[in-house]
Amino acid sequence: MGCGRLGARIAANLDAAGHTVTVLDVLQTSFRRLPETFRGTTAVGNGIDGPVLERAGIREMDAFIAVTQGDNRNYFASQMAREVYGVKRVLCRIYDPVREQIFRELGLETFSPTSLGAQIMVDMLLGEAAPRR
Amino acid sequence: MYILVAGGGKVGFHLAQELLDGNNEVLVIERDPARAAQVADEIGDSVMAGDSCEATTLDAAGVSRADLVAAVTGDDEDNLVICEIARRRGVPRTIARINNPKNELLFKKRGIETTISATQAVLAQIEQELPTHDVIPLLQLHSGLELIEIKIPATSPAAGRSIRDVLLPPESLISLIVDPAGMPRLPGGDTRLNSGDSLVVVTHKESLPMLREVLIGSTHGLDT
Repeated sequence: MGCGRLGARIAANLDAAGHTVTVLDVLQTSFRRLPETFRGTTAVGNGIDGPVLERAGIREMDAFIAVTQGDNRNYFASQMAREVYGVKRVLCRIYDPVREQIFRELGLETFSPTSLGAQIMVDMLLGEAAPRR
Repeated sequence: MYILVAGGGKVGFHLAQELLDGNNEVLVIERDPARAAQVADEIGDSVMAGDSCEATTLDAAGVSRADLVAAVTGDDEDNLVICEIARRRGVPRTIARINNPKNELLFKKRGIETTISATQAVLAQIEQELPTHDVIPLLQLHSGLELIEIKIPATSPAAGRSIRDVLLPPESLISLIVDPAGMPRLPGGDTRLNSGDSLVVVTHKESLPMLREVLIGSTHGLDT
């Protein structure tokens, strides 16, 4: 759910690895980000809407990944996938580290590019700076 | 009571006014600073500009000492997140406004029992006025039970039979019968169901399709 840079890349990688992938986005134009080799399905619609998820085949899915720009949308859709449709693996991106921790404590598999990115950048910076001392 | 109102739109604003009139301590949290200032002009300093979906905003608002959080923004996903964070912070009661009635199930599954849906409320009123509608929802009870009204059509498989001979689905109970003349009767096992009777029934949501089949017949396929 969410065919931005990250969503398109995840979809392309999973597709290349031989999985059956459906990508959902509110804008048809977002699917331009998928590579020409992509063999999966695309569906236009808002993933926080049950009927939209059902049309995209949520009941048959083994995994659901929410990577729209909205933390709350990602959380909401992930809980729908898990609680209403019983999807076994549900992953979601949460930018806000505080919210990410709360959602993780509520049982979701979350990751925060903010926390991870900050850590990587700090490591890069200090890792480079160390030899100069 | 200390009540946090998340969302300073029309619903949040009028809600806050009413609560303040009732001598409660109220704080409205509104994301749009311009709107927050507008609300402040009306209700004074019981407004804070900020995003209620951020735990830090809720903490600054003193969420942990709130007796109640009412999440009444226009976005269901925001209202769910606000209630979730509030509960993590120990708020005993959360109320959520739901804009899309289909989302109610998720709120219930997440343990947020009190949800208010204007769409649902209007829909229930309309359905009460539609004579062709075979099942009228009257009231949502707790744990998935609801009170409904069913009118027995002439083609009903139950018409002319006594209640004990009708196999009702689990968690279903005929509580009242009103005959076509408008006379209410308390039903017993020997009570005969007649075509034209209106039944007030307590049932479980999931038993509704079966209840409809037993009392109305399978030819009726209308959704409630």
